[in-house]
Amino acid sequence: MNAAPSARIDVRKTYKLYIGGAFPRSESGHSYAVHDTKGAFVANAALASRKDARDAVTAARKAFPGWSGRTAYNRAQILYRVAEVMEDRRPQFLEAVRQSEGLSAARAEKAVDEAIDRLVWYAGWADKITQVVGNANPVAGPFFNLSTAEPTGVVAVLAPQTSSLLGLIHVVAPAVVTGNTAVVVSSYERPLPAVTFAEVLATSDVPGGVVNILTGSAATIGPWLASHMDVNGIDLTGIAGDTDLATALEVAAADNLKRVRRPPTAEPDWTLDPGTGPMTAFLETKTVWHPIGV
Amino acid sequence: MVTDKNAAGTAATTEETGDHEMKSNVFTYAPAPESRSIVDIKASYGLFVNGEFVDGAGKAFKTINPATEEVLAEVAEADEADVDRAVKAARRAYDRVWSKLSGRERAKYLYRIARIIQERSRELAVLESIDNGKPIKESRDVDVPIVAAHFFYYAGWADKLEYSGYGGGNPQPLGVAGQIIPWNFPLLMLAWKIAPALACGNTVVLKPAETTPLTALLFAEICQQADLPPGVVNIITGAGETGRALVSHPDVDKVAFTGSTDVGKAIARAVAGTEKKMTLELGGKAANIVFDDAPIDQAVEGIVDGIFFNQGHVCCAGSRLLVQESVADELLERLKRRMATLRVGDPLDKNTDIGAINSAEQLERIRELSAVGDAEGAERWSPPGDLPQHGFWFPPTIFTGVSQAHRIAREEIFGPVLSVLTFRTPAEAVEKANNTPYGLSAGVWTDKGSRILKIANELRAGVVWANTFNKFDPTSPFGGYKESGHGREGGRHGLEGYLK
Amino acid sequence: MLGRMASSPTTDAPSAGARGQGWDFSDVTHSDATLRRFLHGLPGVDQVGADARAAALGTRSIKTTAKAFAIDLAIRMVDLTTLEGADTAGKVRALASKAMRPDPSDPTCPATAAVCVYPDMVATARQTLGTSGVHVAAVATAFPSGRAALDIKLADTRDAVEAGADEIDMVIDRGAFLSGRYLQVFEEIVAVREACGGAHLKVIFETGELQTYDNVRRASWLAMMAGGHFIKTSTGKVQPAATLPVTMIMLEAVRDFREATGRMVGVKPAGGIRSSKDAIKYLVVVNEVAGNDWLDPDWFRFGASTLLNDLLMQRTKMRTGRYSGPDYFTLD
Repeated sequence: MNAAPSARIDVRKTYKLYIGGAFPRSESGHSYAVHDTKGAFVANAALASRKDARDAVTAARKAFPGWSGRTAYNRAQILYRVAEVMEDRRPQFLEAVRQSEGLSAARAEKAVDEAIDRLVWYAGWADKITQVVGNANPVAGPFFNLSTAEPTGVVAVLAPQTSSLLGLIHVVAPAVVTGNTAVVVSSYERPLPAVTFAEVLATSDVPGGVVNILTGSAATIGPWLASHMDVNGIDLTGIAGDTDLATALEVAAADNLKRVRRPPTAEPDWTLDPGTGPMTAFLETKTVWHPIGV
Repeated sequence: MVTDKNAAGTAATTEETGDHEMKSNVFTYAPAPESRSIVDIKASYGLFVNGEFVDGAGKAFKTINPATEEVLAEVAEADEADVDRAVKAARRAYDRVWSKLSGRERAKYLYRIARIIQERSRELAVLESIDNGKPIKESRDVDVPIVAAHFFYYAGWADKLEYSGYGGGNPQPLGVAGQIIPWNFPLLMLAWKIAPALACGNTVVLKPAETTPLTALLFAEICQQADLPPGVVNIITGAGETGRALVSHPDVDKVAFTGSTDVGKAIARAVAGTEKKMTLELGGKAANIVFDDAPIDQAVEGIVDGIFFNQGHVCCAGSRLLVQESVADELLERLKRRMATLRVGDPLDKNTDIGAINSAEQLERIRELSAVGDAEGAERWSPPGDLPQHGFWFPPTIFTGVSQAHRIAREEIFGPVLSVLTFRTPAEAVEKANNTPYGLSAGVWTDKGSRILKIANELRAGVVWANTFNKFDPTSPFGGYKESGHGREGGRHGLEGYLK
Repeated sequence: MLGRMASSPTTDAPSAGARGQGWDFSDVTHSDATLRRFLHGLPGVDQVGADARAAALGTRSIKTTAKAFAIDLAIRMVDLTTLEGADTAGKVRALASKAMRPDPSDPTCPATAAVCVYPDMVATARQTLGTSGVHVAAVATAFPSGRAALDIKLADTRDAVEAGADEIDMVIDRGAFLSGRYLQVFEEIVAVREACGGAHLKVIFETGELQTYDNVRRASWLAMMAGGHFIKTSTGKVQPAATLPVTMIMLEAVRDFREATGRMVGVKPAGGIRSSKDAIKYLVVVNEVAGNDWLDPDWFRFGASTLLNDLLMQRTKMRTGRYSGPDYFTLD
């Protein structure tokens, strides 16, 4: 940056965690330096600790009844609102993604557009997924019998390491659109778009605690989330390729039989249609019976 | 409790020439034993691998009649090499035959099996009651008919899978399924496992529980009668080690397990880091919530069905009764009166309501947890009546004065033991119902429609029975939230675990 | 729910009055509004659950000694019935003879509980039955529709009692019941009960017209509070007549009523029970729902015309070990 005396000194942002709708620093007091793909220092990010993860789970659990209790239409509107605000902040996301991922302007643009559009796509699923995965069951007797989808609960999400924004949307949106609440561990080396995304969430009618974003290491925080007895599911996408860690986390997740979304062998092409799998991974089927009589 | 004086073990006599006094108005039901002659139990059984019965390499074990402790047969134990042979047979059948067969042809095999089950239904029911201890009226009227219905239901899916909503319109089978089932509903759990697996184009290696292998082995014979291609269904008998070998076999693509939560967790750890797909149906501690406006006589029946059906050996049993305080005394009085009419005894007597506890080990667990209930200050009540001298028996029992802090309100007893708690408001009922690591099933009884829907929404359980309990149907998915398991069995949803 | 009513541990005889027994429904029965509140405050009945329970009881297997006991008991509970426009004195005399000696070839065969006829046939029946102990029951109150003025119903009742009826089977005004005029139904039962004098009163609901089990439970309480000695399902002229679940609901009602008041009321399913197998199912339901005390002709009856012959055939089969045929039993 030009240091000419007439130039204005810019006001830099402090990148913090996002827990329970607030932006705390890590309780550990630790941070780590984030560089762009060329190795230049960009900012310090908060280094989330196991206690931050614990606090985030508490916040997510607290938010769960309210969020899952909202109408699907309302959740759809809120997620659409998030997309609106992202669109509004498009230049900021472009810069963040370009800087984090080292993309050309055109490719960064595509990533951001795709992220916003994918979010709009997921928003629309809120009041349709139950219709697609649920059904009435014609039991052989005088009973009304209906199977419907319900959110699993608190879901830990290890976000992709490479695709810092689009990949993040691909794992966060399907978890929360159905009514789950999430504790997300961002890409370790590319955490800043996630923080900017958190700032969007904070200003988009998303209730505090629905999405909690921790910047830091999946290898460090992941085991605490995987073994946490008040976490109901874990998405291991962010540790794609690390089979040892993935196995260890899946073993830990068995302690309370979490729903586990296993990681792919490598990060997929995020521009492809993900199908309903990312949503159904964290849905429960509830079947209600009632007699039919007079 | 009405005890059958000629309880378990008496030879089947269809006519009796007794000259009972009949002046009183006491209506004593004479023994009505189902004939045992329909079943032919062999002295020993091998493993069913690749369409044939073969010897097992492990040490043979005995299966007994829990109502009499009579040894029924010696059964082979499959060791690791046997398991490997069975998996190889299943793989070969998958590669060479089953995966190449059209859904339409697979369906016809399943329909055949369903029909043979219907044709041999009485034989299956009697054998199930002998090996398991459950009353013949349940094996005859519940287990076996639902088994046949399950094969019928999934037979029809075999050639319609592209309409199931799974596999992105072009669903494919997984390959070889390793399946482990419990002793509480031996044949029914077999049907829940095998029918969808085969319909979806998988081949199976199934291990029945070590205390109840006989109906699975009879099912193997049914597969032979149906001319099912060798290796499509393999039945291996044994205990925990055999199951472990099956789960960890590298050529198994899918693990399906029904049983305890502890074993379920061990299986989840064993398949971690593999590509194996997993379905788990585990324990439960279901709340059965009765509001003061409930249809009270039906609620009493639902409570009885909920906890005394199958001696309470039911993962979704309504083992925690949550009754609104304002109606608790009246409800309990009615429940006790009803319990006094339950007939405990010979599983083969057609009038028996409660049969034998499946094993000495399970009886010990029930006794132990009941003793804990006593020690923790809950009040135990069972209707008067004697239990048979031989075999494993436990009377229908309720504990009142139970709170959420009691172990008998938290741990699965898996026996005919009901813990009774009270609540004051709907919110308290839901809070207590959900206050458990389990989430398999729940019941709610009230005549108010909007309340049913509200409570059903708030209960964190995979099956909610409103104004009914313990109903099962092949079209209706079954499975739990939280530590009650992964995935669903039954219905369209039951296909998901066997497709990619 | 039922606990607020005074309860007495003793059971009184069916002839005991409806009042002055240590229980009092006057706060309930003094207006349509209070009566309605009470009847609609009774616990609901879930139809599917009730049907399932009755069906499950129907699977009891009653064999050998138990079957012999049940068949003789069922014979003793039969109200042998003829309610036809074509009834004549000759027909009624034949029926009464059969009621006294159902199986002339077997002196150990018990007599039925009663014969059931129209009021104008009571005298004939009475004459034939004499002191045999078989009761004469008469349907009255403009049976089967009940569509007549109260004074005519009362006259009908008195007429039958004067002619020698021991028991009166009245019908309730279903129109009044279904339109919610419970007090009118109640008062009519009270009035007929008074007209009965010493005769026992059976109150017929025509459950096929009441349709819901909730209505059956309410009608049961209404009739019991009004002093009926028996509650009876049907006239036999409307389908469906007696069913196992309806009878079960009524047995629950008499059980609960005794629990609340100490007073025992009888139950009579009528119409549609034709086989021994059916009759035994009913006895199983009596046994397991209301209890032993009701397993007695004083407290449970079958209203039937063709059931008796099937019971006799089964009885003969039990005795001789071979199946019998209708030619060996009288057709009356």
